[in-house]
Amino acid sequence: MATSESKKKYKVIGTRPIRHDGVDKVTGRAKYGGDVNLTGMLHAAMLRSPHAHANIKSIDTSKAEIIPGVHAVVTHADMPDATDKVVNLGEGTVNLKHLGSNVLADKKVLYRGHAIAAVAADNIHIAREAAALIDVKYEVLPAVLDVLEAMQDDAPVLNADVRTEELPAGETSGDKPTNIAKHFQFELGDVEKGFAEASVIVEREFKTATVHQGYIEPHNATAHWNADGHITVWTSTQGSFSVRHQVAELVGVPLGFVKVIPMEIGGGFGGKISVYLQPVAALLSKKSGKPVKLIMDRTDVFEATGPTPGSYIKVKMGANSDGLITAAEAYLSYEAGGYPGSPIAPGCMCIFACYNIPNGKIDGYDVCVNKPRTNAYRAPGATNAAMAAETVIDELCEKLGMDPAEFRLKNACKEGTRRIDGPVFSRIGMEETVQAIQNSEHYKTELTGPNQGRGIASGFWFNCGLRSSVTATVNGDGCVALLEGSTDIGGSRAAIAMQLAETLGITAEEVIPTVGDTDSAGYTDVTGGSRVTYATGWAAYEAAKDIQRQMIAAAADQWEVDPADVSYDDGKIIGPNDQVLTFHEMAAQSVKTSQPIIGRGVSEHEEPGGAFATHAVDVEVDPDTGKVTVLRYTAAQDVGTAIHPSYVEGQIQGGAVQGIGWGLNEEYFYDDSGKMSNSSFLDYRIPTCLDLPMIDPILVEVPNPGHPYGVRGVGEVPIIPPPAALANAIYQATGIRMQQLPMSPPRLMHEILKKRAAENGGS
Amino acid sequence: MPRVFIPPLLKKITGPVDQVDIDGTTVRQIIENLELKFPGVKDRLCDGDSLKPGLAVAIDSHITNKGLFAKVPADSEVHFVTAIGGG
Repeated sequence: MATSESKKKYKVIGTRPIRHDGVDKVTGRAKYGGDVNLTGMLHAAMLRSPHAHANIKSIDTSKAEIIPGVHAVVTHADMPDATDKVVNLGEGTVNLKHLGSNVLADKKVLYRGHAIAAVAADNIHIAREAAALIDVKYEVLPAVLDVLEAMQDDAPVLNADVRTEELPAGETSGDKPTNIAKHFQFELGDVEKGFAEASVIVEREFKTATVHQGYIEPHNATAHWNADGHITVWTSTQGSFSVRHQVAELVGVPLGFVKVIPMEIGGGFGGKISVYLQPVAALLSKKSGKPVKLIMDRTDVFEATGPTPGSYIKVKMGANSDGLITAAEAYLSYEAGGYPGSPIAPGCMCIFACYNIPNGKIDGYDVCVNKPRTNAYRAPGATNAAMAAETVIDELCEKLGMDPAEFRLKNACKEGTRRIDGPVFSRIGMEETVQAIQNSEHYKTELTGPNQGRGIASGFWFNCGLRSSVTATVNGDGCVALLEGSTDIGGSRAAIAMQLAETLGITAEEVIPTVGDTDSAGYTDVTGGSRVTYATGWAAYEAAKDIQRQMIAAAADQWEVDPADVSYDDGKIIGPNDQVLTFHEMAAQSVKTSQPIIGRGVSEHEEPGGAFATHAVDVEVDPDTGKVTVLRYTAAQDVGTAIHPSYVEGQIQGGAVQGIGWGLNEEYFYDDSGKMSNSSFLDYRIPTCLDLPMIDPILVEVPNPGHPYGVRGVGEVPIIPPPAALANAIYQATGIRMQQLPMSPPRLMHEILKKRAAENGGS
Repeated sequence: MPRVFIPPLLKKITGPVDQVDIDGTTVRQIIENLELKFPGVKDRLCDGDSLKPGLAVAIDSHITNKGLFAKVPADSEVHFVTAIGGG
């Protein structure tokens, strides 16, 4: 649909009101999962596997059960048999048998930290002591941690039920178990012909490390299984309805028997969609008859919750002497962790999406390894892929003698460009993000010292639409109570409220947004896929339109005119004979003389508009240590329409910082047995404000034609370009093409020393 | 008539065609008519009365939530693509 309202007319959109939850957040009054405290509540501890791969021969819980203060012990045997079916959780599909076995291991452990049993006791100390007394007999098996090794015929196989599924629309092949769970293939044009037309071709291989989403708040769940069979779950989640679905399936109760109350969330980034603790807390509550609280510590979070996959990627690209890409080919293998489900598909679909490429072929593999089951992380799969493609493009530019921004502009996808996976783009802003970088003060400013370099890179993310619901109740004083089901991770209460306010012609402060539980809010898919401001915002727009219709009908009754002759504009109901009632007058009347006014809006639109970003970074490399210092960083992004510019800028800055961490430092270190050696924030190095300059965001506003206010999702795409931009900058600074993430000081120093040795004739 | 783009891995059934014009006003009708032309296609695309888990349909490049019930305008493009989530 066409963008129906021009930005110039907006009164609320584009302003920066104080967020509605701001005071509670800064005064510490906001309630998180850890704050839940119920009468008679028990505390639970989990027993986790010390092995990366082992058969469970037996579990003896008898010693734990007799400890005074212990009320319940559960293992996989307490879960109903999960059927081997794949269910759609709104934002993705999951095999229930695998999900259940991940929550509590069934016969086998597939990674160190895999949950095996849980104990509920009067306090956490008793629970931990009792959990340590559970006797598990293991048959330790060889572990496979590397994605390419796991693809070999003689690799240890993790799951007996996994065969290779070919997608999209392929067949499931093979008569024996394999670690290769999925093979995706996409193709456009004639790749061989395209490479034959190229005057320069670059082919490189890349490896990226396993990294974690790094949310500050650990996973938590409190559950109460009531005597009537109804379950209430208080938890930190990106999707309360998704948790409801997963819990109901795994503990074997009807969907309507589970009520999920989403608490405030201290970060998720994709890692708080799958359930880990919620079904276990529910089962412990059922067994004990009391509410049970279960919280992970940081080591649990690292060892047992969704990292994003390490990967192997090979990319080959060719361009002609005019600087036009003629062909591109990619092979990607992503770690799925213990169970299938890496984000290999979006990795494949994003890797070349920034460009108009007439001939392309992409193959991707989802591969099980003895690491935690991977989960989504901000633009899942796309950052790994961009590291490969965007550094190969930089090398093409070097060989062609072209400015990397000019090359990107020349090849940028635009409205009508067909992606290698088939569909064509609608109105998008890839070109505009490159131009924004070209025109930035940053790009026009010369580097000032030795060992410095500048790199740029671009990225694409789809964004999602899915389903959202909003209700809005008009109060007599003109305030509107807005009820939504999207958990608020990045300021979305404000962004949703502002779209309702804009549509009604009232202020953002007159809207009181509440994130409801699954019994009060209408069905809403997860807060993920950069979808909330787009989809829940659209639902709020629809709810406001519903309010407008009701006010028009009430005014028409009062004026004894046809409703078709009454209109709503800028907070006023206008009749055919110059009658005018303001929104506030109508609101006051509604509680006295007419029926209550309650707006309802839903959204299931799927035109979220692709998001594009182009980033520029200046670095300085210490030639004696390999340490990379980020000197300057500018991130240009097509944000559609920035509803609340401060929160859009915050998303861009946060995403860029996470991408910088991914590029320079973050990494799971494993020993040969599959034990993670750095499962704390002391040793898992995420960037802090001391490591970084101000990330300078440039908001490029190309309104999405598929939204009433032109909204595009903004949360995910900023994580995609940083590693590649850094790699390109490091090359300028050192002459070294880094092909492995992270580009940490020891890894870069190794390459610096290797280069020096080569320059000195191998001495 | 809608134009269906054949995913590469489906070409084992359809042969080396990239696109095919297929009659139908819903995704269900399109698949039924594809099956008549290329027996075996339906099993690759459907699981009972639904699209296979993880599979989505894009009509004129917009993914639809309506699956087999989605309306397919004449002269539109139909792609069977991978369903995408996010983080």
